[in-house]
Amino acid sequence: MNYFPDEVIEHVFDFVVSHRDRNSISLVCKSWHKIERLSRKEVFIGNCYAINPERLIGRFPCLKSLTLKGKPHFADFNLVPHEWGGFVLPWIEALARSRVGLEELRLKRMVVTDESLELLSRSFANFKSLVLVSCEGFTTDGLASIAANCRQLRELDLQENEIDDHRGQWLNCFPDSCTTLISLNFACLKGETNVAALERLVARSPNLKSLKLNRAVPLDALARLMSCAPQLVDLGVGSYENEPDPESFAKLMTAIEKCMSLRSLSGFLEVAPLCLPAFYPICQNLISLNLSYAAEIQGNHLIKLIQLCKRLQRLWILDSIGDKGLAVVAATCKELQELRVFPSDVHGEEDNNAAVTEVGLVAISAGCPKLHSILYFCKQMTNAALIAVAKNCPNFIRFRLCILEPHKPDHITSQSLDEGFGAIVQACKGLRRLSVSGLLTDQVFLYIGMYAEQLEMLSIAFAGDTDKGMLYVLNGCKKMRKLEIRDSPFGNAALLADVGRYETMRSLWMSSCEVTLGGCKRLAQNSPRLNVEIINENENNRMEQNEEDEREKVDKLYLYRTVVGTRKDAPPYVRIL
Amino acid sequence: MITELEMGKGESELELGLGLSLGGGTAAKIGKSGGGGAWGERGRLLTAKDFPSVGSKRAADSASHAGSSPPRSSQVVGWPPIGSHRMNSLVNNQATKSGREEEEAGKKKVKDDEPKDVTKKVNGKVPVGFIKVNMDGVAIGRKVDLNAHSSYDNLSQTLEDMFFRTNPGTIGLTSQFSKPLRLLDGSSEFVLTYEDKEGDWMLVGDVPWRMFITSVKRLRVMKTSEANGLAARNQEPNERQRKQPV
Repeated sequence: MNYFPDEVIEHVFDFVVSHRDRNSISLVCKSWHKIERLSRKEVFIGNCYAINPERLIGRFPCLKSLTLKGKPHFADFNLVPHEWGGFVLPWIEALARSRVGLEELRLKRMVVTDESLELLSRSFANFKSLVLVSCEGFTTDGLASIAANCRQLRELDLQENEIDDHRGQWLNCFPDSCTTLISLNFACLKGETNVAALERLVARSPNLKSLKLNRAVPLDALARLMSCAPQLVDLGVGSYENEPDPESFAKLMTAIEKCMSLRSLSGFLEVAPLCLPAFYPICQNLISLNLSYAAEIQGNHLIKLIQLCKRLQRLWILDSIGDKGLAVVAATCKELQELRVFPSDVHGEEDNNAAVTEVGLVAISAGCPKLHSILYFCKQMTNAALIAVAKNCPNFIRFRLCILEPHKPDHITSQSLDEGFGAIVQACKGLRRLSVSGLLTDQVFLYIGMYAEQLEMLSIAFAGDTDKGMLYVLNGCKKMRKLEIRDSPFGNAALLADVGRYETMRSLWMSSCEVTLGGCKRLAQNSPRLNVEIINENENNRMEQNEEDEREKVDKLYLYRTVVGTRKDAPPYVRIL
Repeated sequence: MITELEMGKGESELELGLGLSLGGGTAAKIGKSGGGGAWGERGRLLTAKDFPSVGSKRAADSASHAGSSPPRSSQVVGWPPIGSHRMNSLVNNQATKSGREEEEAGKKKVKDDEPKDVTKKVNGKVPVGFIKVNMDGVAIGRKVDLNAHSSYDNLSQTLEDMFFRTNPGTIGLTSQFSKPLRLLDGSSEFVLTYEDKEGDWMLVGDVPWRMFITSVKRLRVMKTSEANGLAARNQEPNERQRKQPV
């Protein structure tokens, strides 16, 4: 029974923003459930196959913002074949049919077509914001429809998508009357850009705060763009290919100096390092710096730049910065919260003495007390270093360490890295995401199961000895939501130990492990609320087999909870048990 | 240091597994069987153990990596776990860097595979990273990272590994895996073709590698019987530059 009228309760609910909290309040009673669902504006769907558009709209008819995620995380590394799924069109069609007042659509790892974008652009008069992350299937023609038809567009943010660039004039398609842009990110476009159209667009967008350019936008254009938009907060620089002549450089410097609001810098997709000094004046204001695509910049140039960035909270960088550079970061960036160090040499060919090691990691942990998220690619690690890191930084929420060579042990003691990671999970009581690597036995999973009580996402590759490893994790980590495993010796015993567990998780991925077809079938048998997908890439093997061999190992297993049963859009090589 | 020219020799070198820049002679049989299969000859699975110094642009380092070694970071599918978008960018940059190094070292070479200005342009803007590969009869397309390959040889080997890899755990070795697939010489059931920027489908192997990677949009492993109508690019300059297989 409610003591207040519904409107009051609804007003109170307005202050509850997090979708998890809103999910919780909707469970309190029928009345709250109803009020909550009719007032819900933003819906987050972590797996687009867990629910369908009809049920979504049925429950939340007033939604304005929808976030959808499609393919599993390992799709980022080419482990999920094309056409696996994650198509957004049915969602847009359903939303359009039901006349939902959609204003914002955020998609990750989905297949988006030009047709969907066209439909999207025509169906929702108040559409304001489109964010596409790691999506594919569309071209610049689709972008042209968005530009042309979305009269209220404020945000077009394209992050790391695969877009077929038809080198059309999509930027020209923004009508002259479009002046509402706040954020425009097309850094991932590979083709030519109509720079003149871009300049005109920026000039008529006084609210533009975030602009991220692609490779094709050269230095002189950058200077002009920045002059038109000194209010920019977030800038992605395109291409700085050649050393500029003094005059261009001076113009650039003047433009940059005016951008006193600039807080975030990224891009530098092609860069001549001598251009960096133009940015020195604004470094002291930066809170976010992403130089992870700037392979051309040598360590010492990076160091000079970073030394000026005393307020930095987020840094994404390549390992060419070296341990020396990380020591400078540790000494300078006392506000640092998130660090990502990517490899600059993926083939592991170069004898790169400048690359980062465990020394850099320890230095960062010692120097940056606010650090809570790290992604670190390196060639070597030691238990001692990890133990030191754990002691220095018990506040980690996300800890992802990727030692490039699979199975690599502690390079000084030649032991496994169980103790090192064990120290991390024991010290970091708030740890929610963990990726492990290097030589690891079942022991590390025992530690994880024992200590990582808040762990929600765990990525395992080339680790463990027996089923016990996976069992320790499943039994211990009660908050686990996403578990992804590759090339590890876990099999049916672990998979089948607690089938009910998987309904408390979003998904489980296992590839190149020891689970067999028989095991997966048994799993699927009594689990109507799980979709158990087997991805079998070698079609010819399948066709040849008259009798199924249940002892056959499954190449890729992806299972996820769902309330809508088997999906109908799976390609032939995906078998849903 | 292996120069552009020497790596280029691999283009016409059609013996898979006997590439000049690769360490060994005939590789050991490490086949796994699948079903009887529609193909007459199965591809042989070659792994890092066959080639102690395999599969990289920097074959020059091969001397320092003698003997068999565990699969290298770059040879395991989907490892290291870097998003494909980022990977493309990285390998583009590496190609640019290596191209510049080779340019400097290769100045003394008389017969280059392509004119210098094309090389410069390629190195300045290498657009290609992962491209799609489809094979006739196989439902799933794959992607291959062109910039991780230095020659047609490398590429052919990778494709062979990709499409003839069988399910793990299937029953052991069957009979002959004597012959490699030979995608490049027209002697097997399949040929390798590509779609270029103009949308035309061509046979792979006729143009110098560097020119190829700038113009290729996607690949297709086609049944030889269907490939008869394809244009073989018999442009004279290329003819002149073709090397004899060793």
